[in-house]
Formats: sequence, C-alpha cells, structure tokens
Amino acid sequence: MADLINLIENWIENLLLGWGASQELTLFILQALGSVLVVLICFAIVIALIWVERKLAGRIQDRFGPNRAGPFGIFQSFADIIKIFTKEYITPEGAEKGFYNVAPVLAIASVLAIWAVFPFAVNVLGADIHVGVLYIVAVGSFGILAILMAGWSSNNRYSLLGASRSVAMLISYEIPMVVSMLVPVLLAHSMKLSDIISAQDPWWNLIMAPLAALVFLISSMAEIGKAPFDLLEAESELVAGYHTEYSGMKFGMFYVAEFLHQYTVGALITIFFLGGWSGPMAVQWPILGFIYFHIKTFVVYLVISWIRLSLPRIRIDEMLNLNWKFLIPVSFINLVAVAIADRVMLEFEVAQWIYVGIMFGLNMFILLVSLFLAGKASPVVERETFPANRPVAVPPGAESK
Amino acid sequence: MLSYWVYIAIFLVVAVAVPIVAVGLPALISPKKSSKRKEEVYECGIETTGNIRVQLKSQYYIYALIFLVFDIETVFLFPWAVSVGKLPLYAVVEGVVFIAILFAGLIYAIRKGVLAWS
Repeated sequence: MADLINLIENWIENLLLGWGASQELTLFILQALGSVLVVLICFAIVIALIWVERKLAGRIQDRFGPNRAGPFGIFQSFADIIKIFTKEYITPEGAEKGFYNVAPVLAIASVLAIWAVFPFAVNVLGADIHVGVLYIVAVGSFGILAILMAGWSSNNRYSLLGASRSVAMLISYEIPMVVSMLVPVLLAHSMKLSDIISAQDPWWNLIMAPLAALVFLISSMAEIGKAPFDLLEAESELVAGYHTEYSGMKFGMFYVAEFLHQYTVGALITIFFLGGWSGPMAVQWPILGFIYFHIKTFVVYLVISWIRLSLPRIRIDEMLNLNWKFLIPVSFINLVAVAIADRVMLEFEVAQWIYVGIMFGLNMFILLVSLFLAGKASPVVERETFPANRPVAVPPGAESK
Repeated sequence: MLSYWVYIAIFLVVAVAVPIVAVGLPALISPKKSSKRKEEVYECGIETTGNIRVQLKSQYYIYALIFLVFDIETVFLFPWAVSVGKLPLYAVVEGVVFIAILFAGLIYAIRKGVLAWS
C-alpha cells in the first residue's frame, strides 16, 4: 500500500509480459498509459480548481460563489463543461482557418507537456532527463506562440493589438523567470529535477534562495496572466483580448490552459523552492510523497489566487518598467551573488548551517537594497488635495433654509 | 536514458491528441447554424471599418530584440550554472564578467530611454 503507483505499474507489466509481449512493447504500453493518465488527471484537477477558484473569489469578495448546482455548487464545473460542449463554433469571416484552429490546442498542449518531467515521488518520476529545467523553459514558451497565433488569425484588429501587447509582456517576463530558475539549478549543481529535490534535503530552497523564489513567483504570475498582470484578459480594455473571436470548446481550451498553467506554476515553485515531494516519511512511503507534492502545489495555487483577488491591475508601461528596470537587474545580481558565495564557500568547506545562513542573509540584503533603491528612484507623487470648504453650487431657494 | 525521451515523445503526442479530441468532439455534436451576421468580426457592436492589419508600434520590435539578447544569454548561463561547483573559482568570475557585459548593455538601453512604453 505504501508504494501503490509502482505496485500497479509492476502488476500491469507482469500481466503484459505474461501475455507474451516483448520488453520494449511492454515499456511502450506502460508509458502510453502513464501519459494518458497524467493528461486526464490534469483535466480532472482543472475541473476541481475552477470550482475552488470561483468559491474563493466569491468569499474574498464578500459574496457566495456558485451554490445552486449541487451542494455548495460542486457540480457547477460539470454543468459548465456540458454547456460548452454543445456551443456552436462561430469562425469569424476572413479568419485563417489553420492557425485559428491550432492555437487553442497548442496553448493547452504546451502546458500539458511540462507535466512529462515532474517527479511526483521518490520512484514515481516522469522522464528524469538530465536537462529537465531547460525542457520546462523550452516547452513553456510555446504558449506564447499560441497567443500570437490566436490574435493574428482571428480577423480582428483588437485581437491583434491585444495579442501583441500580451506577447510583449510575456516575453519580457520570461527572462527573470528563467534567471531565477537558474538559482536552484546552481544550488543543486544539476538540471535534473530529482537532483534539485534531493539537494533541498534539510533546508528548502525557500530558505536558501528566498529572493529567487520571490522573483520567480512574480514573473510566473505575469507569465500566466493573473492579476495584477492580467492585461491579457482585461475585459474593460480590449474586449477579451486575443480570444475575442473564439467560442465554445476552443475558448474552453484557453480557459482550461489558464487554470492548468496556474497549477503547473504552483508545481514548479514546489519543485524548485519548496522541496517537491519531500516531507516526513516520504522516502519510505512513496504514496505520501505524491500527496505532499499535491498539497504543496495546491497551497501555492491558493497563494497565487489570493494575490490575484486582492490587487488591482497595473498598466502596461508600469508592468514593463517593473520588469526591465527592477526584476531583471535584481535577478541577475542575485544569480551572480549566489554563484560567487556558493563557489567561495565550497572552497572553504563551511558547515551546513553557516552556508544556509549566509545564503539567506545575502538574499535578504540584496532584496532590501534593491527595494530601497527602487523607492528612491520612483518617489511617491504628492497628489493635489482640495481644500475642505470649496465653493459648492447651491440650488435656488435653498439659501433661505 | 533513451526511454525517458521516448516517454516525452509519447507524452507530447498524447498532449496534442487529447485537446484535438476535446475540440473535435463538440464540432460533431454542436449545432451549425451559420449566418452572415453571426460571422462578422466584433467591433463593439458597430460595423467594421478600416483595414484589419493595423500598423504595430516599433516599440514591440525593440522589446523583442532586447528579449532575444537576454534569452540567448540565459541559454549560455545554463551550463555555467550547472558546473559552478566543479570549476575553479576563475571560471565563476568569467561567467560573472559575461553577465556584467550584457548587464551594462541593459543599463545603456535603459538610460537611452529605449525601454519605455511611449
């Protein structure tokens, strides 16, 4: 029972070998089954996440969420799926059919493909390739291409403008995301995701590299298009941005891709900074590792939702200024400082607690200095205040009162 | 190790096939009552006028250009970050100098006022 997933896998393998299948065919069938299972579990997770998001948004905004469809509205997502399945596909005239139809599929395929390399437990790994982090960066960038495809191929100039602004923002925030992803790679001396988790053995990377975690959180929230960076879907600004002309399940794919991307970002933060599947008794009982992974991912998902539901949107120029003038310099200085500190402390072979303490202190120092400098560079502008007894128009006849 | 990449290939095929099925299935069961009015492009409820392809600002090109420089830089930094523990100290300093050169380029661009959304 402790190693449930491997138990099932071995049972299926023995079954197939008993039926006379060769070793390679058995492996192929097992891998195909595993990937289909992960993809279907992802869709199922998204169904639950949509309900959680709507309930949470309702409660934070001092109202109930959906509470009609089933007890506490838990069947609301199923009702929405059934509705979306039967909507008509309205292709705008003049849209380029090829790109128009490929874009939603690509948007969600790029997020699903990241799940191929996730380690869920000690011995339940996806594909533990040596270049796991580079694969994640490469595949995650396909979603940006999908957005540009969607905006350009729907024959609508507002979609095109929305898509161009989205892409300008997304590629800008790609850089601090990748550079802050390099810090756990540096601390673990490897790009393999299982090595990154093993290197966080007594101390999570949240303690050893908090500034990288913060920069990664901010730039990931911009990558997935969640407020305060949700200019991509600002309803009051550009109708609905790049997915204006999509209806039915094609829009549903964009919608699911957004929630799944948020959950995937939670999983990435868990792997890089919160120790992945590690926890008490996770090595002896691998099923516990699987559970810890999802609990931590869900907590990060809730934190992202919490931030999204509390902050207003920021303008595109403020967003890009934040990226190019604050996040990129901070992330590069952080990388350089961590690299030098790591190498120097490796040279002197310091004890574990001194290493962790110096890393933490260095990160906090850089954060405080950069916040101080940012405060100096952009002082709060004093707003013009009006005196209390300004002349007010008095209606005729009220003077006598 | 090859089996890992085979798994990724299978996963990519599945990750593309399942959304195609999910998008293709409603195409079979949804109504198809297309009319000229429905397929007009949206412009806040009024008739569309003017050219569809508006001219984009040149600012997008500049952002893309600077992004390209820094993206290639991060690709070069990946092997450097992995091997910081195994290389002597001067290799780390070399990497720092590389980052510093490109960082100086970023500072130059910011001071020139190029990275401002005018």
